[in-house]
Amino acid sequence: MFARGLKRKCVDQEDDGEGALAGFGTIPSYSLQRQSLLDMSLVKLQLCHMLVEPNLCRSVLIANTVRQIQEEMTRDGVGQGAAPQSTGRAPLDRLVSTEILCRTVRGPEAGCPVPDLGDGPLQGPLPEICTVDAAEVPRSPQSNPWEMDSPRESRGSFQKSLDQIFETLEHKNHSSMEDLFSDMDSSYYDLDTVLTGMMTSAKPGLCDGLEGFAAAAPPPGSTCKSDLAEVDHVVEILVET
Amino acid sequence: MAGAGGGGCPAGGNDFQWCFSQVKGAVDEDVAEADIISTVEFNYSGDLLATGDKGGRVVIFQREQENKSRPHSRGEYNVYSTFQSHEPEFDYLKSLEIEEKINKIRWLPQQNAAHFLLSTNDKTIKLWKISERDKRAEGYNLKDEDGRLRDPFRITALRVPILKPMDLMVEASPRRIFANAHTYHINSISVNSDHETYLSADDLRINLWHLEITDRSFNIVDIKPANMEELTEVITAAEFHPHQCNVFVYSSSKGTIRLCDMRSSALCDRHSKFFEEPEDPSSRSFFSEIISSISDVKFSHSGRYMMTRDYLSVKVWDLNMENRPVETHQVHEYLRSKLCSLYENDCIFDKFECCWNGSDSAIMTGSYNNFFRMFDRNARRDVTLEASRENSKPRASLKPRKVCTGGKRKKDEISVDSLDFNKKILHTAWHPMENIIAVAATNNLYIFQDKIN
Repeated sequence: MFARGLKRKCVDQEDDGEGALAGFGTIPSYSLQRQSLLDMSLVKLQLCHMLVEPNLCRSVLIANTVRQIQEEMTRDGVGQGAAPQSTGRAPLDRLVSTEILCRTVRGPEAGCPVPDLGDGPLQGPLPEICTVDAAEVPRSPQSNPWEMDSPRESRGSFQKSLDQIFETLEHKNHSSMEDLFSDMDSSYYDLDTVLTGMMTSAKPGLCDGLEGFAAAAPPPGSTCKSDLAEVDHVVEILVET
Repeated sequence: MAGAGGGGCPAGGNDFQWCFSQVKGAVDEDVAEADIISTVEFNYSGDLLATGDKGGRVVIFQREQENKSRPHSRGEYNVYSTFQSHEPEFDYLKSLEIEEKINKIRWLPQQNAAHFLLSTNDKTIKLWKISERDKRAEGYNLKDEDGRLRDPFRITALRVPILKPMDLMVEASPRRIFANAHTYHINSISVNSDHETYLSADDLRINLWHLEITDRSFNIVDIKPANMEELTEVITAAEFHPHQCNVFVYSSSKGTIRLCDMRSSALCDRHSKFFEEPEDPSSRSFFSEIISSISDVKFSHSGRYMMTRDYLSVKVWDLNMENRPVETHQVHEYLRSKLCSLYENDCIFDKFECCWNGSDSAIMTGSYNNFFRMFDRNARRDVTLEASRENSKPRASLKPRKVCTGGKRKKDEISVDSLDFNKKILHTAWHPMENIIAVAATNNLYIFQDKIN
């Protein structure tokens, strides 16, 4: 789709999947980075709402970050309904490695994120540096949605679900983010409700799923602790492996 | 000391020469989650050092009396008492687990032979009494030596029981349990200078307790919005002023500190002073708010200053100046360009604590890779040290460490990308009077002493 071999600022050893990025020049655009950050934040918020008892400080900080990004996007007049598909770029852009967001104009040793495992803790989202409490984010390493090694197909479909989330957010107004904190005291966060909301192609996205949270009463005798199998299942759905 | 590559620090003046003293905890690479230390605190005399862990246990170390025949050997800290402070609980109403992890320990000033401390998990605070028993009575009239009741008809003579020495036994017993006062997670407790009251703070509220009364507490700060959808800020730490029993401060996730005076009103929602440093517009990013969130606030011993810790720096504030700190010390500025990755792996939410030395001339805080940082306020120097088993020879001097940010890496320097973000030092404590520090590195507790002591 895009010519390979276009000059890039950093050395890139990746395969075809990465070659596509070469067409976009050296550093991904600011709006791309911003979008990526928004997506990541939304994923984080979802995960923290599914778990035992969310760390309120962390949730508030992430929600504030999401709000900031949205406000800026609105000011820039970005994303009027617009799914990134409409920009004509390859869907891959959306899953730009988070390392790129941290790269400002740097010297040669900045280097590209080589997503192979073993490169040192900050090169891309490697599982071994994940320091989140075991109780909080029970991801299995292979299913990290941000890993650039994932095959194109699976990224594409994950891509789609994020679009749904994003679309829904765009269409709702500002207050939708606050739904996250409604009924904080007594909500039962049902993993299945969110995922069902996320994966159906009809409108419901993140927020509808969360509204499902507020309404759900705790089923008698159940606990919030997802068992491992259920969590694996969740993560599988997220990355469509 | 700063800039002294890999060599030792020159002695003299106010320079510290830190040496390894002891390390406590398992050596295994495999760390049991329950053994992770979650709080460290010296008592008022420094003779006792308490640690709390994720498994809800408290371990208290006591400093041995110094050996007169070897005047250079410092008193070592050995285990004095171990007890299970909190157990995991289940909140049936919300279907949520309540972790037994000890969030904070605070000692009470000693008033008699026993020692008292407050320990708290997310929901419940407990007052523990730690007392020694080194004598027992012998020669009871109604009981045998092994405790069996004697047949009253067999008793023909009366005797007075006598006290005989026994092996020292240290007992910990819970004297008060302060429960059911916090909807959100408790992040701080602080004993008042009146020694009768204390405060406990959670994400949205601060409560005032009397140490004798467990069924009542007064709510003195409440920042919960009427509509939870409007929540944008939480309380992150709180502390009483060391001398003025009506004054306390609390910090927030937006990087602000509010000082409140309990004399002004019963509910201290309106602050007396508001400390906030204006943001530097040139360094603004989407992570600005997160890294400005204050993870710890500590008054100086003098009561004139307070120190706050945010993600990348430590700031010293003069209580009389609200618009900016008087000192700002960078802890690990090299992480600024890595914030996105640190956000992704959640390290950006790590809550580092900080502490003053006894004379308020130095401050200390932790970092990653088992590094911790010390700032000498008078000499305006700082040093990075490491808590590791490799540097664990008795009385071995700690070598200053340096992180290289780019360009050529010198020998003995470590590059930012090689830092181990799983090895974080969140909890440190400084002896109230001497230059002895306790540093918690995951499941190990390191004790370092200043050679020049």
